[in-house]
Amino acid sequence: MQPYEVTLVVNGTARRVRVPARRLLSDCLRHDLGLTGTHVGCEHGVCGCCTVLLDGEPVRSCLTFAVTVDGREITTVEGLAGEDGMSPVQRAFAECHGLQCGFCTPGFLCTVTALLRDNPAPTDEEVLEGVSGNLCRCTGYQNIVKSVHRAAELIAEEG
Amino acid sequence: MTTRLFGEPVQRREDPRLLTGQGRYLDDLGQGAAAAAFVRSPHAHARIRDIDVSAALDVDGLIAIYTWEDLPARVGQPLPLLIPHPALTHGRTALPLAKDVVRHVGEPVVMVVATDRYLAEDACALIEVDYEQLKPVVGIEEAVQGAQLVHEDVPGNVGAHLVQEVPSTTGTSAREAIEGAPHTLAFRLDIERSASMPLEGRGVYARWDGTDLRVYSSTQTSTSVRMAIAAALNLPLPHVEVIAPDVGGGFGVKIVHPWAEEILVPWAAMLLGREIKWTEDRREHFISSAHERGQVQHVRVGFDDDGVIKGLDVTILHDHGAYTPYGIIVPIVTSTQLLGPYKIGAYRVEFTAVYTNTVQVTPYRGAGRPQAVFCMERTMDKIARHLGKDRTRVRAANFIGPDEFPYDQGMIFQDGRPLIYDSGNYPEMLRMVKELVGWDDFEPAPNRGIGVGCYVEGTGVGPYEGGHVQVTSDGRVHVSTGLTSQGQGHETVFAQIAATELGVPIERVSVVTGDTRRFGYAVGTFASRAAVMSGNAIALACRKVREKALRIAADALEANPDDLEIDDGLVHVAGAPAASIPLSTVAVLANPLRYAFDEEAAKATQFSGAASPDKPPVAEGEEPGLEGRDYYSPIRSTFAAGMHAAIVETDPLTAEIKVLRYAVVHDCGRLINPMIVEGQIHGGVAQGIGGALYERMVYDGHGQLLNASFMDFLMPYATEVPHVETAHLETPSPLNPLGIKGAGEAGVIPVSAVIAAAIEDAEGFAIDRMPISPSELFDLRTASRPAQGTAQGTAQEVSRRPEPPER
Repeated sequence: MQPYEVTLVVNGTARRVRVPARRLLSDCLRHDLGLTGTHVGCEHGVCGCCTVLLDGEPVRSCLTFAVTVDGREITTVEGLAGEDGMSPVQRAFAECHGLQCGFCTPGFLCTVTALLRDNPAPTDEEVLEGVSGNLCRCTGYQNIVKSVHRAAELIAEEG
Repeated sequence: MTTRLFGEPVQRREDPRLLTGQGRYLDDLGQGAAAAAFVRSPHAHARIRDIDVSAALDVDGLIAIYTWEDLPARVGQPLPLLIPHPALTHGRTALPLAKDVVRHVGEPVVMVVATDRYLAEDACALIEVDYEQLKPVVGIEEAVQGAQLVHEDVPGNVGAHLVQEVPSTTGTSAREAIEGAPHTLAFRLDIERSASMPLEGRGVYARWDGTDLRVYSSTQTSTSVRMAIAAALNLPLPHVEVIAPDVGGGFGVKIVHPWAEEILVPWAAMLLGREIKWTEDRREHFISSAHERGQVQHVRVGFDDDGVIKGLDVTILHDHGAYTPYGIIVPIVTSTQLLGPYKIGAYRVEFTAVYTNTVQVTPYRGAGRPQAVFCMERTMDKIARHLGKDRTRVRAANFIGPDEFPYDQGMIFQDGRPLIYDSGNYPEMLRMVKELVGWDDFEPAPNRGIGVGCYVEGTGVGPYEGGHVQVTSDGRVHVSTGLTSQGQGHETVFAQIAATELGVPIERVSVVTGDTRRFGYAVGTFASRAAVMSGNAIALACRKVREKALRIAADALEANPDDLEIDDGLVHVAGAPAASIPLSTVAVLANPLRYAFDEEAAKATQFSGAASPDKPPVAEGEEPGLEGRDYYSPIRSTFAAGMHAAIVETDPLTAEIKVLRYAVVHDCGRLINPMIVEGQIHGGVAQGIGGALYERMVYDGHGQLLNASFMDFLMPYATEVPHVETAHLETPSPLNPLGIKGAGEAGVIPVSAVIAAAIEDAEGFAIDRMPISPSELFDLRTASRPAQGTAQGTAQEVSRRPEPPER
């Protein structure tokens, strides 16, 4: 299988990688670049565990071939924290017990990061809509919704 | 700073790593390991005529292909039957790779190892297995007919049959009591299959260095996987270590072990001398792990004018799928936990566990209790309706009183011990849930209904768990226990227990679970047992450490140990904080040294003057180090309880079902961390909502699972789960030092019963089959119209709600 050389700008760093055309972006991130924070729950685009930000927008990395995103900016869960530590979204999930086993969490964090960037003060309905593409089997979502509102507060407080 | 952390909503210690992508789940390990993949049966029932691997041999990166023929005798034998029971007369387990016959779609037939998973799957696709298809057995009723057999040597497809009778106090049998009762009802209930469905599937990663085997598995029991691997591979136990890394949810399915893959992957790693990893994909999880719930129940009940049950006779048909590796725990739990918080005059329960050509059935969160509670609570509602009484009054009339504990239900529970409830307060709990949901103020309206459901859950089953606690000379406290974690927050709650017991800041406490290198004796995480079992074991181990620390500190401070306290990691004389010694120094003194490696250590060396020259450095009966190990082994289970209530609204046109309110009152004894307990309840209720309204395993007549993907198996998203309102009652368990009961499964248990009750209340006809979809509700409406006959399945039921408006 002919490999292709692509450059992915992952969490701000250009990473060059040789991948076969069929290599999923999720597998490329996890196994070629060692960024195992992006998880794979279904490999058919339903659970949302593998959600990463592609040029800032949430995408299913399990439905994306790595070769198709040559030169693009990708943010994974490993890239959400800043120099001062965890991002407001990450801190809100910790504070509100928005995770249990943590497997779906990276997908939620990426999704919510984009959601709050586009809509800094979402209503309950907008939060539900915003996270309705991500499955969680542990939390029952109640504390995830709470986390999103709390993250919005933290972002507003911290400017 | 307080160190009394027991009962506080402490933030989780696990979260920073899980929130930053630093978790270590199974597939995050072993980068560069060879990958295993499996050829699995596409047929539900077939004879294997031939396996032709020749086309796969040219696949680039192929390392090995194995069929059953390649397995040595020990490896190729049937997987263990983990929980034998005298009633399981025809227990059957699978071979690691199928030999002659496959008995469900998804059964592993060939294992392929290649340099990566893509290539391993390429090879799988080129392997041709020639099957002679046999007629499959699908569905409980087809299995019971016994016209076709799943196992040739299991007549009638009956794996187990068990009758349990608890006569009344006057010796009347259940059937006699029913005959003699003023009122009787008979009906049938159905519950369909669902599954644990953790977002991380199973997975195994094995490393062999020529002497030692290290296996990582996404399991709920690393200690038992270790013993199973050592036995199957004929390795000395000390040369096998098994580690459960971060596990992405379990919910029961991962207590099954050893999976075929847990034997085959380490075996191949040893044989090939290289690291091998297998990560389950989602379709594999649907068709080759385990399901649960499927039962048909036939109920007869006799009761008096107050609704007091005189006799209850339940016959259960339990679908066990193709194999019974976990024995008959699920139907045993259904049979025993059916009694709930009630005193039943006389009880007879009979179950028949039958084989079908479908995925095997093993416990899924709740483990037979959702079916049990559905049965009992539907029964209570039917009695209330028959008598025209409030449903909560009928329940109250049957409750065990708060002064009747310990209460002996006269049966044998899943741990082989008497079903004796330790403590509880059911009338108070009912009062609380009625208040929380507004039961008495509920205004009946068309298409709006309210329902309630009660349960008792045996938690914290034995036989034991252990804890090891070590204080090192830097003042840090290292806690380990053998059972595993799948998101329950054990690192946090066990640290809370240790910090409280030892009087140290929680920041200094670290907890390791599920790693046999740290703790080799354990049972596993299931049956809402981890907090009860390991929590108490760790508390007991801490008390040993504390006692030793006080003894050593008393020597150093020339004080009486009884006058000493530990606060914030400092041992001091009560009321005299100046006379103190840090726990770190106590740890140094506990371990007499010859060699100093730092200033603290120097205090314990031979010329430091710390030890009396007239005594041995390690006194008789003592051990070096400030550490302790202890075990907690309970006489029997603790019994948590809960009551849920819901208000639902059904769409008059589309029959869509919306849960408007969901209230939970929960009693798991003393709460270690209320935030975590609430989280467990929320998650359980969400799974319950899935089981009540959305999730089912749809098999066709050929035994094909038609909805084996997240596209078609409808797990609830955030948009489907109602807000859960909770209240807690704390009746401590008298059985353990911490007074705690388990909480892990609670949330899921009564949900189907509660939702069915609320829909029934909204619609006016019986809801006797769960889950229920809008189309099914629509069909029930159509069938319940007077012109077209009576309510399905329950001739005795009388509609008391107006019909939905004409469309």
